[in-house]
Parts: sequence; structure tokens; C-alpha cells
Amino acid sequence: MSKVIEGLFYAESHEFVKVEGDSAFIGITDYAQNQLGNVVYVDLPEVGDEIAAGEEFGAVESVKAASDLISPISGTIEAINETLEDKPESINKDAFASWIIQVKLSDKSELSNLMDAAAYTKFIEE
Amino acid sequence: MAEIKRTCLYDKHVALGALISPFGGFDMPIQYSGIVPEHNAVRNDCGVFDVSHMGEVSVTGPDAEKYVNHIFTNDVTGAPNGKIFYGIMLYPNGGAVDDLLVYKRGENDFFLVINAANIDKDVDWMRQHTTGFDINLVHESEQYGEVAVQGPLAESAVEDILNIPCAELAFYTFKQLEYEGEKIIVSRTGYTGEDGFELYGSHKFINKVWDLLIDSHKVVPCGLGCRDTLRFEVGLPLYGDELSQDITPIEAGLGSFVKTEKEEFIGKDVMVKQKEEGVQRKLVGIELVDKAVPRHGYEIVADDKKIGEVTTGYHAISIDKSVALALVDVQYAKLGTPVKVHIRKKFFDAVVTKKRFYKKSYKK
Repeated sequence: MSKVIEGLFYAESHEFVKVEGDSAFIGITDYAQNQLGNVVYVDLPEVGDEIAAGEEFGAVESVKAASDLISPISGTIEAINETLEDKPESINKDAFASWIIQVKLSDKSELSNLMDAAAYTKFIEE
Repeated sequence: MAEIKRTCLYDKHVALGALISPFGGFDMPIQYSGIVPEHNAVRNDCGVFDVSHMGEVSVTGPDAEKYVNHIFTNDVTGAPNGKIFYGIMLYPNGGAVDDLLVYKRGENDFFLVINAANIDKDVDWMRQHTTGFDINLVHESEQYGEVAVQGPLAESAVEDILNIPCAELAFYTFKQLEYEGEKIIVSRTGYTGEDGFELYGSHKFINKVWDLLIDSHKVVPCGLGCRDTLRFEVGLPLYGDELSQDITPIEAGLGSFVKTEKEEFIGKDVMVKQKEEGVQRKLVGIELVDKAVPRHGYEIVADDKKIGEVTTGYHAISIDKSVALALVDVQYAKLGTPVKVHIRKKFFDAVVTKKRFYKKSYKK
């Protein structure tokens, strides 16, 4: 059974968005890391990159496959989680603590297109 | 598209909670506990694979040896009973129909083991080339199941848990024996780079063997996911990746299994030419500096142009490095040649290495 956390926003492509003020932390959900299996590499973007909702911004690689990361929201990348360069497996240990990028939100209204915890729980059960 | 098939162990895989996916026309277990723990179980202890999807063909009759030598690149002439040969079936242009194992059961009696995805194609090909040979060719895939018991503890698993004597078998030999009244085959072979055995028999026998091994809790059920990571690390080819109708065995570095001194076989002319004159492309190992994972079909680049493609790539579990097998232009095939691998939008630095990333530990 995969963990889902209250208070976060969720995309159908299994990224989570954790909003703090004007910025958001984006990572992959516990369900996504379960599906992927052992994560061996995270392809990170650069700080300062502009990203748009629905666009690919990197990839998470497991032994068996590469999975594109799709940004659920638009904005400018303020930080990347550099610890994932050396410890990509931390995504398997605690996906929600292992954010991948921090983004300065350009349009907060985009959050309303995403699922809440209850909707996402239902989504992954289907 | 033909209906997807199931092996005789399908229900057991479902009961064990395996992730199941189609492979070679069969719904096969990809993993149970996970590719990494299963991979490590085979490297360090013992794992069992359902490989019942593999195809079997019997060739018997006065011209059996002559016929096998005609369609197969290795040389079975005068071999002792109980010996196994790896080799390739070729098209006249040198492309591979399939790679296979040939078991010599008797003077006029051979048992051929072929890849699941190629069963129909192979059997058609074999039947098309029987003219002039006094043989009986029988397709037997439906009646056989097969398991592979692999890892440093494989010998004790087969001997102690299954009660099947196998310690005296040398690498690439087999024997036929009676097990509860039925004839089975045990060979010291595998596709992991570790010591191990492959057992062939009826669906009933294969189910019994599977249950005994799994219920012992000493042998880990392993899926096709780690079968691929294991074979890859020791540089063993997979038909469809390293070898295909467009990739010859000489290009794939399998020249030692192509006996051009043999009187004749399909594809011989091209093989002689490629051995004498060399080839334009060669299969090499590639090691990346970074951890990004090269995968099948990714481009290899040097001097600002595409010089080849990845055939198989992984972040290799046993060595913790991103490595690949790749087919490259021969002028870039020398060990130590710097190249780049195109992964998504970036180009990653890499270097040409040997094809074996992990040392095999066969018991010879």
C-alpha cells in the first residue's frame, strides 16, 4: 500500500507538489517509486531554468526503465536537490522527503488543476 | 497478433505476487521481490528462473549430425554424447535467424533449444532446410517445461533439495535421467555468468521442482528482469539486442562459435569473408563517467557524428556503474576510445571498454 500525504497536490503523472509560500517543492510520489523500483539516477535540470506545466524537466532512472519527470506547474527553478546526485536511492527510502526541484510559482491558479490527497488515493487505486 | 501464451508455472508466479509482462509471446514474471535483490541472490546464493518459454526441437535420424552442421555455425562432428554446443543459425547473408544450444543425446539424436520469441520463425526455417537430409524433425516446445537454477549454491540446491545428482557434470554437458518414472534432462548451463543448471521435463516435473525449490526457502524466485541484468554484466548476447537478422555473429564478437573450417553451413561464405577481411561494425563495451543510464537504441557519438548505437545498457548492479554494450563503427572500437552517449537531451562522456563488465564464475 503506497503512502499518500495530506496537504500536497498530485499530478496524474505521479509527481507531488508541496507549496510553501510562493514556491513549491516537486518530487515523485511513493506510488511512483514503488512502480519504478530501485532508483539509480536522477537527471536534474539547472537552477534558473524556466519550466511550464505539462513539460518534461528531467528523468528518474531505475534499473528497468527511465521515467520522464513532468512538471505539474509553471515557474522558475530556484533549487535542485543535489543530494540526489550521490544518493538517488533516497527516493525509494522516502519519496515525499526527497524533493527533486524547488520552483518559484508563476501561476498559482494552476494548482487547482491538480488532485488532492483523497482524489490521488482514489486515482492510484483504480 | 497471436494469442499470448502462459508457461506451466504461470499460476505459481501469480501466487507469488510477480509483476507479469509479455515477453517472446508469453506472459512472463519480470520480478517478484525486485530486480536488485533477485540479481544479488544469483550472484551470491541461488535463484530459480522459469524459462519454460524457451523452445525445444528434436532432430533424429541417420543424417542428424550432417543436418545440424548445415544449419548451425558451431561444429558438432564426432562430439561425445552429453556435450552441449552454443552457436547461431544464419541466413545466407550472415544475419542471425537465432542463437541456440544444441544438446547431443546420441549418435543420431540432437536436442535444440531456441529463443521463445523466435520459435515459429526457427521451426519454419529448420523445416525449409531439411531437403536431402534423412532426418525426423519434431517441434516439442509444448511438452517441455524448463527451469534454470543459478548461483554459487546451485549445485547443492539441485543435489540436496531436488535429490538430482549433478555434481559430476562439467560445464556445457548434460545427462538424461529418470525422475519419478519420467525422462528428464539436466545440464550445467545458464545465462547468468554464475555456476548453475537447467532442467527440462514435463509440466508436472517442472511444477514439482519449482515447489521443492521455493518451499525450501533457500532458493529465490527470479524473474526475467534480473536474467537480463545478469547476462548483460558478463557480456552474454541477447537475440534482438546484440544479435539479429541485421547483426552477424562476427560483428557481435561471437566468431569463436562460427567454425568456418567446417565443410559447409548456411551463411559460411559471408562468415569466411568477414573473418578474413574484418567487419565495419563491432560490438564493444562502453563505460559512462556519469550515472545516467544508456539504453537500447541510444546513439553513440564521436567526432560530432553518430558512430553507433547502444544494444543493451544498465546501471550495472554488481559493479555500480553505468555501462552498455554497443555496436560501433570499427574505427572507434579500440579499448579506451573516448565517445559520448546521447541520453535524452544531453551527451554523456564515455569510454570503450571490454564487453565483460563482471567476471564469470563458472565451475569448469
